[in-house]
Amino acid sequence: MKDIRDAQYVAHRSDGSIVRRPMSPHLQVYRPQLTSVLSIGNRLTSIAISAGTLLLVWWLVAAASGPKAFATVQHVIANPIGLLVLFGWTVSLVYHFYAGIRHLVWDSGHGFSLPATHRSGWLTVGLTVATTLLVWAIGLSLWLGA
Amino acid sequence: MVEFSLPKNSKIGRGRTFKAPAGAKRVKEFKVYRWNPDDGQNPVLDSYELDLDAMGPMVLDALIHIKNDVDQTLTFRRSCREGICGSCAMNIDGTNTLACLKPIEEVKKAVSIYPLPHMPVVKDLVPDLTQAYAQLRSVEPWLKTDSAPPPDGERRQSIEERAVLDGMWECILCFCCTTACPSYWWNGDRYLGPATLLAAYRWIADSRDEFTGERLDALEDPLKLYGCRTIMNCTQTCPKGLNPAEAIGKIKQLQLQRKG
Repeated sequence: MKDIRDAQYVAHRSDGSIVRRPMSPHLQVYRPQLTSVLSIGNRLTSIAISAGTLLLVWWLVAAASGPKAFATVQHVIANPIGLLVLFGWTVSLVYHFYAGIRHLVWDSGHGFSLPATHRSGWLTVGLTVATTLLVWAIGLSLWLGA
Repeated sequence: MVEFSLPKNSKIGRGRTFKAPAGAKRVKEFKVYRWNPDDGQNPVLDSYELDLDAMGPMVLDALIHIKNDVDQTLTFRRSCREGICGSCAMNIDGTNTLACLKPIEEVKKAVSIYPLPHMPVVKDLVPDLTQAYAQLRSVEPWLKTDSAPPPDGERRQSIEERAVLDGMWECILCFCCTTACPSYWWNGDRYLGPATLLAAYRWIADSRDEFTGERLDALEDPLKLYGCRTIMNCTQTCPKGLNPAEAIGKIKQLQLQRKG
């Protein structure tokens, strides 16, 4: 469907001829805000989680199919780049979890004031960092200890 | 429609530079978006080097100084110069605000000035607000009743009932919030935007209004109301310190409560 706003981009010059109006700049000039950055972060992490979950499924299916298939996947995942991807997936999952709770609080009608919004925003970021580090500390100690 | 880059005819080129007058002591650069429907060119960014001693303290003072003394072709809306008319809403230093309420000294480097984002440009800093006004009209922002008013006077409100409207009646409809909202940028053909939804809630919450149900029915739509993703850019940018996001949240809650 065409965007009905298109109609407002057609205008007349002083001599009566038709001119197409420009669209004023938006993303190009709007300063990133804590509010908008965390919002787009919530969307991007949801995409990252979906992609990462496919990798997880691949890993589980390989583990169920046999040692050879599992070894192949381990070869891909258990190297620095694979670990980096896994780390990104953990960050995404944790951030999306806390951001989701933040949205639940908003949807229950609380925390809309600007100071509360900034507090909950930074709290989300802080909890994401802390939880991710905790998960990795536990994971690495189990992995290296085994 | 989501389109991250600007259409070809909207890309911004380099414009002219107006040098500071000789002898100016406190010089500041103002970069101003210019587009003239008559010259057949793309928009450009003109640079004005201005003497801060020649003008008042606000960004609107700088624009008036440009128009009066430097370049008469600059077009912008302004009226009250004290934050009550909402005419001089524009994007200054990366956020939407009223030029008359924005002190120049708050901007550290050059002051960049653009029209309200993602809108059709009429000329220079003047956006076409037809769509936004039509959406405001669609929520019927006036008192609607079935019953006759009391024969001996006006419809009364208690002090508490009246206090509910504080933080909403103050909206001056500058549309800073609406045009700061990425969701409105992409879905503004159907999403009503924060300013209009604040106006809608102002009447939903009014104790004298008798069409609350009908008002909520009209908003129960995947995009009109639920186009709001609680990004919060609206509340962040409101030059009057109001909270459109909270009003939208309350409408969403009323919709839920109604469903039981």
